[in-house]
Amino acid sequence: MPEQLIFAMEVTLNGLMTGVMYSLVALGFVLIFKASGIFNYAQGVMALFAAMTLVGIQEGRVPFSHLINAIFGTEIYDFGWDVPALLAILLTVLVMVGFAFFVQKVIFKHLVGQEPIILFMATIGLAYFLEGVADLMWGSEIRTLDVGLPQGINLAIDETTFNWFGYGFFIDNLDIVATIVAAVLVAGLVAFAQYTKQGRAMRAVADDHQAALSVGISLNFVWILVWSLAGFVALVAGIMWGAKSGVQFSLSLIALKALPVLMLGGFTSIPGAIVGGLIIGVGEALFEFSVGPLIGGATENWFAYVLALLFLVFRPQGLFGEKIIERV
Amino acid sequence: MKKLLTLTVAGLMAAGPAMAELVFPSLSYRTGPYAAGGIPFADGYADYFTLLNERDGGIGGVMTRVPECETAYNTERGVECYEATRGEGALVYQPLSTGITYQLIPRVTADGIPLHTMGYGRTSAANGEVFEWVFNYPANYWDGASVIINYLLEQNEGSLEGQKIALLYHNSAYGREPIRTLEILAEEHGFELVQLAVDHPGQEQGNQWLTIRRERPDYVVMWGWGVMNQVAVQEAANIRYPMDQFIGNWWAGAEHDVMPAGADADGYLSLNMNVLGDLPVFDEIQQYVHDAGLAAGDGSNLGSVLYTRGMYAAMLAAEAARTAQEIHGVDQIDASMMRDGMEALEITEERMEELGMPGVGPAFEVTCANHGGPGMGRIQQWNAADQEWVTLTDFIAPDDSVTQPLIEEDSMAFAEESGIEPRDCAM
Repeated sequence: MPEQLIFAMEVTLNGLMTGVMYSLVALGFVLIFKASGIFNYAQGVMALFAAMTLVGIQEGRVPFSHLINAIFGTEIYDFGWDVPALLAILLTVLVMVGFAFFVQKVIFKHLVGQEPIILFMATIGLAYFLEGVADLMWGSEIRTLDVGLPQGINLAIDETTFNWFGYGFFIDNLDIVATIVAAVLVAGLVAFAQYTKQGRAMRAVADDHQAALSVGISLNFVWILVWSLAGFVALVAGIMWGAKSGVQFSLSLIALKALPVLMLGGFTSIPGAIVGGLIIGVGEALFEFSVGPLIGGATENWFAYVLALLFLVFRPQGLFGEKIIERV
Repeated sequence: MKKLLTLTVAGLMAAGPAMAELVFPSLSYRTGPYAAGGIPFADGYADYFTLLNERDGGIGGVMTRVPECETAYNTERGVECYEATRGEGALVYQPLSTGITYQLIPRVTADGIPLHTMGYGRTSAANGEVFEWVFNYPANYWDGASVIINYLLEQNEGSLEGQKIALLYHNSAYGREPIRTLEILAEEHGFELVQLAVDHPGQEQGNQWLTIRRERPDYVVMWGWGVMNQVAVQEAANIRYPMDQFIGNWWAGAEHDVMPAGADADGYLSLNMNVLGDLPVFDEIQQYVHDAGLAAGDGSNLGSVLYTRGMYAAMLAAEAARTAQEIHGVDQIDASMMRDGMEALEITEERMEELGMPGVGPAFEVTCANHGGPGMGRIQQWNAADQEWVTLTDFIAPDDSVTQPLIEEDSMAFAEESGIEPRDCAM
């Protein structure tokens, strides 16, 4: 087999894995948009906030310690204990549920019935507010995230592909874990939406919130539920991305990688977020591999958008989005 | 009546003598994706001036002030910060961003305010005959690239013939700076240069490291900043690239660049333009600044790589201000006098010792023609077990025969396109 073809296969596999990482971020956007029609600009910052909270709890750090010390002249930075990873994750989920309550009660409850652009602007404000709170709460330093995820080359794949092609493929163990987590997450979300009372209420609100209201479904409850789920997805994305780079403020920029995925997969489809992520991941990796060296490289960021725009021209609602026909 | 009274008070205030102070604006970034590097540098910069105020009553008896303006490493915001602070009597700007530096060069030249870009910015600003208001001592990017190659030559018995060196760089004005120097050095020493660009902010490097795994370069040189550094070190560990063949420049060699990768980062090399270690000045900063509750940050950065560099930058600015006071025989200097002080700056081993930072950088003199300093750098290696950098070499000099013609060529091109008549420093 030609060497370049073998390399292209390795690049494709890695592109698929990277695509799963993009999908993890895109899922949070889809959940909120599907249920409430809100394009949540703050999703990337939610991933940052969730990851920072997780590390803060794990390390036993006192939230808002700089503020407390500045006001009261104290020197308290940590509680002096370490929290096990699983317990810290559970506590972070609780914080994200609390955040969902806050968002619904303080912001979106008062904006019911407003134009989508107003709701979008509110999420921009929320993003900057949350970034500031995260900074005040946990500081700006880079933190190491250690929840026991494996990293580094998968030796089994390396050996197997070496035996087949005479060249061992590199696949990161973290990417394999991310793929399994994404599959479980999507299966869980679909099962929740299909087989639980709360999930059915969520779907009813997504289809027609006025009709859902008329049969006694609490819009308030469903929106809190949806923001909580999006918070949970943000935590998962924050853990996966944070394990690669450490937990730091650039984590919020991962949202930029989710936008082309949403444009391609559609804003209202969970499978669309997955398939869109895979197409973007593979597309940008193969483009960088084949064309990148000829034009100076670093094509991933812009090529993802070119790919999404191409799909958009032929299918504006995205691959799996709902086609909206408005009669006049 | 009320209006008249207000006008009178305002008039009296304007006519009265301004309170003497030396203003060193800090265009810092404590927020955004590059905050992890911006915070320790800004802390070191501010804390040193606070130390001078608290311990010595300022510089030459005049108190210093460091107004901070947040740029978030964003070029437009950097320019806004410059415009917002220059009217406060700013003596010198140090923006810690190559992008902001490029935008400020024409502005500071027109406004007559010195710009000091230590180890970053426009490399050819080392030519003082063209860049009267810009200084980049003690070293610049091209020096850095040359020092790394000189180190590799030393490791390979003086020859890099037939070797392959990959340059992994931030796809920005900053990251592209060393390319030309490395291309010339590749030609001169017979090694192959593979260029790998990484887009801002640098979280995505999977393809670049797959290329490195396929190409198997003998060395990887990194020109990174921010999250790009942490991801690169982790990716190198993932593909099992030998860490002692992976060398970052001096903006890719801080503690936070390697700590997220844990033990896997052990052995990673980087360049440094200043010395690390337990400098006596840190005890004084602890006593006069931190213990007094006057620290710019939470105190956790004291002694770290970038804190030390920020403090070193402040020391160079303070020494230039002191030199300016001596030259002009006044305590309250202005930006133009500060420029004279920077151009006559002389840093000796004895002076560094007196200041409580022996050997923090090389001894050097700035001249009218040479605003770039000696360009020396040291190689340091990360010890993951002890979580500290270990200095491997003494200061290594760059290859001036390569960097000087490049500086001359680029600065003259700038002079021509900007309509600048170079000064004659021989006069």
